[in-house]
Amino acid sequence: MEVVYFAWVRERIGLPRESVTTAAATPRALIAELSAREPRYGAAFADPSALRVALDRKLSDFDAPLAGVREVAFFPPMTGG
Amino acid sequence: MRVSVQPDRFDPAAEMAGFGTGPTTGAVVTFTGIVRDDTGRMQALEIEHYPGMTEAVIADYARAAAERFGLSDVLVIHRHGRLAIGEPIMMVATAARHRQAAFEAAEYLMDWLKSRAPFWKKEVGADGESWVAAKDSDEDALGRW
Repeated sequence: MEVVYFAWVRERIGLPRESVTTAAATPRALIAELSAREPRYGAAFADPSALRVALDRKLSDFDAPLAGVREVAFFPPMTGG
Repeated sequence: MRVSVQPDRFDPAAEMAGFGTGPTTGAVVTFTGIVRDDTGRMQALEIEHYPGMTEAVIADYARAAAERFGLSDVLVIHRHGRLAIGEPIMMVATAARHRQAAFEAAEYLMDWLKSRAPFWKKEVGADGESWVAAKDSDEDALGRW
């Protein structure tokens, strides 16, 4: 699946997007898997309560199922307006 | 209804041409957000967004506002990219039969867009760059709707 990052999550990971092959069932499992790979992911995902997740461009939650999802996005709380 | 997510500067007055001109419109409210500098050391504001999701989220809230407040027209413009102090960031316009609906719809849209449209602000200043943190008060504001 495609994993995309925005704002300081993108900066800490050092990539705007990447293709990830994973069997993770939920976004929470996916960030645990990525965090175990390299420290930069751990730095970005250290506090999930400071993050938001979108599945196929809809806001979701960290325990939602990833089955069938093509694009997962992680980012900080939005600051528009 | 018109929604635009764009890098280009816009003129709020010019955007109002032809807005809410139907025979049932009795009230038009507009809000314009401007880049401000609270510290005296800011040089620019950079706005990042999530292309594709941003437009869809704004259109969803614009449709919801139109239905809930009986709007005859609604306009949302939000910029992204690097903005200078004093430039317009975004605007909302609402047209309704009466003023209360037009005012409330504009506030409803602003409250939801601040916390749910995928934009992120970064302040670029003489001392470096920093991401603007979301405020609890913005999230709390959603409770009234």
